[in-house]
Amino acid sequence: MSDLRDLYQEVIFDHNRNPRNFGALQGANRLARGHNPLCGDQLTLYLKVEDDVISEAKFDGHGCAISTASASLMTERLKGMKVADAEALFDSFHDVLTKDDAPVDAASLGKLSVLLGVKEYPARVKCATLAWHTLHAALGNQGEMASTE
Amino acid sequence: MNLRSLSGSGAQKPLAVVKQGSPALDVTRVRADFPILQQEVHGKPLVYLDNAATSQKPQRVIEALTHYYTHDNSNIHRGVHLLSERATAAFEGARDKVQRFLNAADRREIVFVRGATEGINLVAQSYARPRLAAGDEILITAMEHHSNIVPWQMLCEQTGAVLKVAPINDAGEVELEEFCRLLGPRTKLVSVVHVSNALGTINPVRDMIRAAHDIGVPVLLDGAQAAPHTAVDVRELDCEFYVLSGHKLYAPTGIGALYGKAELLEAMPPYQGGGDMIRLVTFEHTEYNSLPYKFEAGTPHIAGVIGLGAAIDYVSELGMDAIATHEDALLRYATAAAADIPGIRLVGTARDKAGILSFLLGRVHPHDIGTILDHEGIAIRTGHHCAMPVMQRFNIPATARASFALYNNEDDVDRLIAALHKVIEVFG
Ligand SMILES: Cc1ncc(COP(=O)(O)O)c(C=O)c1O
Repeated sequence: MSDLRDLYQEVIFDHNRNPRNFGALQGANRLARGHNPLCGDQLTLYLKVEDDVISEAKFDGHGCAISTASASLMTERLKGMKVADAEALFDSFHDVLTKDDAPVDAASLGKLSVLLGVKEYPARVKCATLAWHTLHAALGNQGEMASTE
Repeated sequence: MNLRSLSGSGAQKPLAVVKQGSPALDVTRVRADFPILQQEVHGKPLVYLDNAATSQKPQRVIEALTHYYTHDNSNIHRGVHLLSERATAAFEGARDKVQRFLNAADRREIVFVRGATEGINLVAQSYARPRLAAGDEILITAMEHHSNIVPWQMLCEQTGAVLKVAPINDAGEVELEEFCRLLGPRTKLVSVVHVSNALGTINPVRDMIRAAHDIGVPVLLDGAQAAPHTAVDVRELDCEFYVLSGHKLYAPTGIGALYGKAELLEAMPPYQGGGDMIRLVTFEHTEYNSLPYKFEAGTPHIAGVIGLGAAIDYVSELGMDAIATHEDALLRYATAAAADIPGIRLVGTARDKAGILSFLLGRVHPHDIGTILDHEGIAIRTGHHCAMPVMQRFNIPATARASFALYNNEDDVDRLIAALHKVIEVFG
């Protein structure tokens, strides 16, 4: 089971069991829904953006351990972040998971690096990126359903 | 429709009754016929329980493909040379095998298609479309695979017809009285799944067909899951159409069969135009070929058809009744063993059920179950199983699904159960 532990790290179990920032956000001014049609995962991301800074981030919905932990970790990280920096983080996180040769900047990923285990599980990469696609949609204010497909 | 006649009929009659003296399946021997099963996955012997998605192929089928490509490969029907004659004989021989397998009256009633999906689309476009007016109805059930929903929705868009859906109960059984109530003067076709891929339910198709026929409505059965697991007799069922997918029946992907009653097929326009489906072509006029060639435009999947024939030989020699009995016993064994797993919830508990175990496990998401099982060498499917409305009916996003085939045994089930205990351990 040692390699499974690379995927299901303790931090992931913790965030799956007790997701942070879970629930609807009153006063949100950015909202997007994400859907992974492959496994039925669905989440709604709520952001409050003031002066180009994300002051609040919450989510709700249902998903597997990876997608729930990813959303939980992401919302933790987003608070206080500039919109442009959040977009840059989306790009680098997405690249790290989906491109073989993308450089891993452990310092900038911080706690998010517990999600890197999914790289070895192609079927699970989309679980980890769902929240992030939804973030991208919310920031782009596309106001539509973000999909992993 | 007289409902009383329904309740007194054999709604729960098992699909296959074991004939006295029919030999039981020798699973150890059978497993040796499937080379793919002899491998390890993540360091553990493979347990393949994703058979409802696609089945593995016996050596016999693999050899039929190799033999065809090594010795007989050529185009069929028009060749004057020996290879073409051999290929044509093998291709048409497979049609006879499918005919016997389904007990169709006439080989012309067997049309080769890519799979159940294409068979349903063919019936939708060729049979139903010319006959439908706005307001006419197609009746399906709430447990259909997307391939028996979307073609009808497309048809409804084209014609203004309306799709009616018979509800299912909490066990995943069709509500027969509702089904009968929905059958009406505007119903032009009933299309129902014989065995549900998401729930395992075996539908009371005899009763459904009788009810439809009582008011003169033809019936299409989606046999994608039924054909591999039980003997199918289209004459006894008296359905107008029946579709199956080869790849779920130990044959290659990309090949399947549509059965249709000859008089209906005769009256239908071709599905696609092209070579092989014509008798005579001029720019002014084209004369279509006779059945079944009218529906087989273009060069078909010749190797696939030959592989399907080999697969039918294989299961026929083992005996469909013996296969059904074996899988039924395995399902009962697995269902009993699963009952002891804390937090398990079976989705689909019909009284009449085929070898499919769809379940949820506590709060663990099916996707996580699937990954952990994979690590234990066990292949199952997780998700909506191309039956999103079934998930909506049970108000769940997905299930984990173990599905059995003739080569699965109690060891496979034991490994599955042990791995599910591991899932609980890992997820605490
Ligand atoms: C009940 C049922 N119908 C239809 C299909 C479609 O079969 P195919 O994809 O082979 O055309 C499937 C396959 O999953 C099925 O399970």
